[in-house]
Amino acid sequence: MLDILRNRIILVYMAFLILLSFSFFNINDNTSKGLLSLMNVVLIIVPLVSIIFSSIYLYNSAEFIELLVSQPIKRTHLWMSLFAGLSLSLGLAFFIGCGIPVLLFAANSTGLMMILMGVMLSVIFVAIAMLATVLTRDKAKGIGLSVLIWLYFTLLFDGIILFLLFQFMDYPLEKAMIGFSALNPVDLSRVLILLKMDISALMGVTSAVFKDVFGTGIGMGFALSILLIWIFLPLWVSVRKFNRKDL
Amino acid sequence: MIIATNVTKKFGKLTALNDVSTTCNKGQSISLIGPNGSGKTTFIKCLLGMVVPDSGFITFNKQNITRDWKYREQIGYMPQIGRFPDNMTIAQVLDMMKDIRKKSAPQLDEELIENFGLNAMMDKRMRTLSGGTRQKVSAALAFMFDPEVLILDEPTAGLDPLSSEILKDKIRSEKQKGKLILITSHILSDLDDIISEIIYMQDGQLVFHKTWELLKKDTGEEKLSRAIASVMKAK
Repeated sequence: MLDILRNRIILVYMAFLILLSFSFFNINDNTSKGLLSLMNVVLIIVPLVSIIFSSIYLYNSAEFIELLVSQPIKRTHLWMSLFAGLSLSLGLAFFIGCGIPVLLFAANSTGLMMILMGVMLSVIFVAIAMLATVLTRDKAKGIGLSVLIWLYFTLLFDGIILFLLFQFMDYPLEKAMIGFSALNPVDLSRVLILLKMDISALMGVTSAVFKDVFGTGIGMGFALSILLIWIFLPLWVSVRKFNRKDL
Repeated sequence: MIIATNVTKKFGKLTALNDVSTTCNKGQSISLIGPNGSGKTTFIKCLLGMVVPDSGFITFNKQNITRDWKYREQIGYMPQIGRFPDNMTIAQVLDMMKDIRKKSAPQLDEELIENFGLNAMMDKRMRTLSGGTRQKVSAALAFMFDPEVLILDEPTAGLDPLSSEILKDKIRSEKQKGKLILITSHILSDLDDIISEIIYMQDGQLVFHKTWELLKKDTGEEKLSRAIASVMKAK
């Protein structure tokens, strides 16, 4: 795992996040505005770096992983160690890169929620990357798949939702929207962070329903458990696939 | 010690192993020979649990190896091309393996590490090493835990002549200790004096498994390369 932490790319990522956070907080006179701008960038960059870095790392280590499989250790143990190493490095990089500036400038409940969401998204996309990697043998196809997955969650998904909203404009869709948001961890994170900000009141009926469901303690717990499912489901499937894989 | 029974493995339309059955016992030094694509590496991977056969099974000391991993404590494997994480130093790779195997200093066989001169390079990162030096690390790892079985895939490929002799001496001394050694190699001249049996494979099938003495008699040749050449000609 240490070899990942020493990896220059993780350090550059961390430095980039620090730079980003500090600039956003310094440009905006209002910490809420700074936080909001930072959130939008973080929700796009964190999944991207997590999924791409993890995929590249796993493909580059493929032969070493083969050597380790020939040793007396359980495949599950090996796969989980890789997951732990990647999650810890990427999560820590985010926590230091973004978390520390946020704690310095905006240590309110919104800021804390954003730090939590950033770390969870890092881990979620590591799990998704591991699933994509174990399914695709070819390095180029695998990394391409990772990019597509990122694109889907950050851009395509919202586009589809907007399209559906327009089509079914006349129907009450609030409950459905909650269901949809559970299908995308990025959207779910965004909702949870925004709900901690007062501007959510400006978003109308839908936000009122969201606040009802996710704003309460139970709702928050429900949302967090969905995010945890987003970690454990891809991870569990990838472990099963890895255990049966021909190396 | 290792018994393979009717092992078959297909990769899509390609039949890599076709009903392979054989027995390997302690004290034997077996060379696995065959043309490219004959299934040698696939067979080795089945023995190591890296590839699961479609049908048939393999037992190690009378226990089925499917889903077992503990039996690998007694196997030392040297892959054909050793690749390690770029940023790790030799010392870190060795420590990681010692951690996995849960064995440390007094029980280790570090003879190869000394003879290959790896002690002087302990702090070098894998990225900076030449291919041959990485092979030496792979070789050292295979022998380091004093396993009962050694599986070496093209062990001398990429090694300079001196290192090649050092490795062959090590193989010979392990053979004297009564270990089971399985070697694949295309450099047949290297194998002449370190093997006792030959498994010949072609197109996924095990053509024969006989002692070197018997093969010498059958082909009338004293050198392994000529013996195998005459076998291949006859096919």
